[in-house]
Amino acid sequence: MTVSKIWVHAEALDGKVSTITLELLAKARELGDTVEAFYGGADAEAIAATLGAHGATTVHATGDLGGTLLGVPVAAALAAKVAAGAGPDAFLFGTTPDGRDIAGRLSAKIDRPLLSNNVELDVADGKLVATTPVFGGTVNVTTTFAGDGPAIVLARPKSFAAAESGGGAAAVQALDVPADALGGTTIVERHVEESTGPKLDEAAVVVSGGRGLGEADKYEMIETLAKLLHGAPGASRAIVDAGWVPYAYQVGQTGKVVKPTVYMACGISGATQHLVGMKGSKNIIAINKDEEAPIFGVADLGIVGDVHKVLPKLIEALQSRS
Amino acid sequence: MPPMNVVVTVKQIPDPAEPGSLEGDNTLNRSGKLILDEADSYGVEMALQLVAAAGSGEVTLVSVTANGEVSGLRSALAMGADKAVLVSDDAIAGSDALGTAKVLAAAIGRVEGVDLVLCAVEASDGYTGTVAAQLSELLGLNSATFAKHVEIADGKVKVQRQTEAGFDEVVTSLPALVSVTAGVVEPRYPSFKGIMAAKNKPVDQVTLADLGLDASQVGWGGARQTITAVTPAPAREAGEKIVDEGDAHEKIVAFLEELKVI
Repeated sequence: MTVSKIWVHAEALDGKVSTITLELLAKARELGDTVEAFYGGADAEAIAATLGAHGATTVHATGDLGGTLLGVPVAAALAAKVAAGAGPDAFLFGTTPDGRDIAGRLSAKIDRPLLSNNVELDVADGKLVATTPVFGGTVNVTTTFAGDGPAIVLARPKSFAAAESGGGAAAVQALDVPADALGGTTIVERHVEESTGPKLDEAAVVVSGGRGLGEADKYEMIETLAKLLHGAPGASRAIVDAGWVPYAYQVGQTGKVVKPTVYMACGISGATQHLVGMKGSKNIIAINKDEEAPIFGVADLGIVGDVHKVLPKLIEALQSRS
Repeated sequence: MPPMNVVVTVKQIPDPAEPGSLEGDNTLNRSGKLILDEADSYGVEMALQLVAAAGSGEVTLVSVTANGEVSGLRSALAMGADKAVLVSDDAIAGSDALGTAKVLAAAIGRVEGVDLVLCAVEASDGYTGTVAAQLSELLGLNSATFAKHVEIADGKVKVQRQTEAGFDEVVTSLPALVSVTAGVVEPRYPSFKGIMAAKNKPVDQVTLADLGLDASQVGWGGARQTITAVTPAPAREAGEKIVDEGDAHEKIVAFLEELKVI
């Protein structure tokens, strides 16, 4: 069973469509007869081919927003479409900063509920059904929308597999933004903080460090190890909050969701907030001094030991092989 | 500097250290003692610092509950907030993010001369992460969300907004709503004096009717969604656990070889 039309929020950085968008497009094709994308920004032509190849027949694009933060203008433009009867049956967003801003404002504008943090989506009786993990991912709650009007759904990254549809480039159509929705909050400068090497949410190996490292300087071991394994360095929320590493490194509920072949947790106790972001990894190695640490409950190989002793030897062993 | 009046939305939640459970109607069991959501302590601290920097002004807490609980609010008052508005009504049970935002918006409407509304990015229990955006839309305010650093000068608020790749510097004019991340500031511990003073700080307790809200707009009815299933998620099995005897690194190397990662 499907719904008639789904619109997917397209996100892109420097002309490259983000992975979450491709994941959503793949899922949307299962759920809807027609899949279209919408995009806040000037360079829709640059991403139309990729969006089309993943199943979007059209991309509704706002054009240049003059640096306005996306929430207000994109929500206003979408609400106008809904008011004109030209909207979809469901709006699909990634649980990302811009996704939450637009979806939240849209929900208030058109007075429709939204469901956030979903990991599975379905259609039953012509309505969208969404599944959200609660209690640190130990329980799944499945919810369906009631009442008239479009469904608004936000899905967590890495919930669905991206897949090409073989479609041609999406047709770019104008998504009109009301003039009073521009300029309220403006982006004046962008900073990219990602480390060099593979991206955290795409790497086959992720090596993460936590409070057990003791001090910020010791994070260097995590970076060295990640490099030796051709992986990406990650972090627990504790050391991001403490300012040791930037937020872009954070794995967990409030950070990135990762599902690498190997996830190595070093000096991370495994708070539910962290587990939610990494327990989908294929293989998990954990090193922690506390043998009762919850991280061992999900680890395929658990080392009860001191990261300051284990990591230097591991680094030396790997260096001697290369 | 002109006075700075800040509203902080705060949520009282079941202690996350205790195992959570659902009620018969699938709402979160909130019957035990409720505490201040740690995620909100950052907004409270930020507000206190901004008012101190301005030299004058007030920090007002706004909170929503179904059962009249105030213990979490007292914790935030003990940190130094001046007063609180608590919307307490049985009909609030089952409210979704939009319903909650509608109640918060009406309650904030009772506070005069608001320059800034501070919210957490998401609560620790429900973690929908959209109330800040919904609330700013309902209040007709500009918003700067996911702030990891906040500065106020010349009637403008400048934040470092977390993005997937790093952060953006974002500027908007007051009055505005800002949602802050954990770690934006280091929340203070309440002093003994603060805890004692909090007992006598004003908590304006109001009902939905006081706010002119109809019960059908909030709670289960207002949420316009139905929970159709609650199921345990498949658990991940733990594997081998060994105590390091000085050779654990060899074990890791062998495991990585087995997985053909090296």
